[in-house]
Amino acid sequence: MLCDSCQNNEAEVHLTQIVDNEMTTVHLCPACAAEKGLDSAAGTNLPLTDFLAQMGKAAIAEEEATAAGPCSYCQTTVDDFRRTGRLGCPHCYSIYESQLRAILRRIHGSTYHLGKVYVPPASEEADRTARLAGLRRKLQRAVEAEDFERAAVIRDEIHELEAAIDA
Amino acid sequence: MRKLNLSLMPNFGLSWLEAAGPDSDIVLSTRVRIARNLQGYPFSVRAKPADRAAIFSTVREVLERTSPVAGGIVAEIEDLDSRGRQILLERHLVSRELVGQGRAEAPSSAALVASEQEPVGLMINEEDHLRLQSLTSGFNPRETWQLVDALDEELGSQLPYAFHHEFGHLTSCPTNCGTGLRASVLIHLPGLVLTKEINKVLQGISQVGLTFRGLYGEGSEVIGNLFQVSNQTTLGKSEEDLIDHLQKIIGQVVEYERQARAVLVRDAPNVIEDKVWRAYGLLRHARALDFDEMMNLLSGVRLGLSLKLLSGPSVYVLNRIMIFAQNAHLEETSAGTLSASELDIQRAFYVRSVLAEAGPSAGP
Repeated sequence: MLCDSCQNNEAEVHLTQIVDNEMTTVHLCPACAAEKGLDSAAGTNLPLTDFLAQMGKAAIAEEEATAAGPCSYCQTTVDDFRRTGRLGCPHCYSIYESQLRAILRRIHGSTYHLGKVYVPPASEEADRTARLAGLRRKLQRAVEAEDFERAAVIRDEIHELEAAIDA
Repeated sequence: MRKLNLSLMPNFGLSWLEAAGPDSDIVLSTRVRIARNLQGYPFSVRAKPADRAAIFSTVREVLERTSPVAGGIVAEIEDLDSRGRQILLERHLVSRELVGQGRAEAPSSAALVASEQEPVGLMINEEDHLRLQSLTSGFNPRETWQLVDALDEELGSQLPYAFHHEFGHLTSCPTNCGTGLRASVLIHLPGLVLTKEINKVLQGISQVGLTFRGLYGEGSEVIGNLFQVSNQTTLGKSEEDLIDHLQKIIGQVVEYERQARAVLVRDAPNVIEDKVWRAYGLLRHARALDFDEMMNLLSGVRLGLSLKLLSGPSVYVLNRIMIFAQNAHLEETSAGTLSASELDIQRAFYVRSVLAEAGPSAGP
């Protein structure tokens, strides 16, 4: 989504206001948000900081104290992340795990993925056990959802994989 | 896969215009997308041209043997001229990010892939490596999700996705991680706007984890009484729960909209009929139309059709106008670059000729 104000940058600040029963939502990029005085801490015109600042400054200070990085894989720093709101690579999620956990909880109200269980494609011997565990969770979900057709397919996959591991 | 040729496939990606889906007199379309990234590569924001090229060729090779996209259409962004890119944007088939709007050069190794059998496909090297997407007619979250889910199962069994045991699918922006799922509907709510109930409804939906914006993701500007409503969070709920929630809440909104329309017809039948016919008259005869004005008038005609105050044009014709009377589409038809005032004239001409062809909509 583009910034409402400059139409150039990605909007990262989303402000919903209710005045006299009229609701308006504005979507702004960090720069325009700062211009409109929507960055609560002067000089730290950063989207996630803004977001966090509203939710509780103490928690941020705590996170900053334990700040890790930069990411050894892609060199993304905490500052890069704060500035762009984007992580550099999957590895960043491990490097910044504890900070992200706090951020994710505030964005989504949870940190636990409850969606589809991803089973990586079989390739390495070492992956097989992980794949088997994933398939079993997948089977459980399919049964819970009473999707027995899919459950049967997954069960066959499990049998196949178990046979392959035994062999 | 075949390369996209817009002159040979003028209706590429527009099957939803047929208005064949459920409640398509109120909900124009349903869209579902999921974000996926490949293990072993930086996210797009950090990816070098060589990374992007490697991602593209890896994915493309898998797509060649993956139903239903195998043998489908591929549009490499670098191969398209700026009008071609704009046309895909106007059809909601690509994001600004994918086509690099606002940047001097087209992004390398970025592509749109679409199945020819089903309304499903993906963007490659968008903000995330893969954005699987489906766009269908009417109010159809479950089926639309199933199309994307099926493609995801196929691709996920062949490609190593970046996945975290706790956080789920990892995405460049943490607002998308977990399921990576964003489901949205494009919904027409003139009844709630005219009865001034709309703010209550919008407040309500934002309290239950949904968010709204205007048409075409162009900021939050709402034109033509069209709202795009989607889930706000992607982590901590299953895909089915997110989809069911949207289904339930939007189902209620559709119901409120029908009630509001009934109230309008009951309490102010003459006002509504006049509004509808004025909108039709302007569209049918105006000599210059800017896009916003046209969208507002189309809203009136769309309302009139739904209330059976008009017998034509069909919803399909209105949907088609909404797409083909956008700037890049108009320029494509007239094969030249047009100034703002020329565009308004061309738009009015196009709308007049389509409505003339659609036949008289004789009312009582």
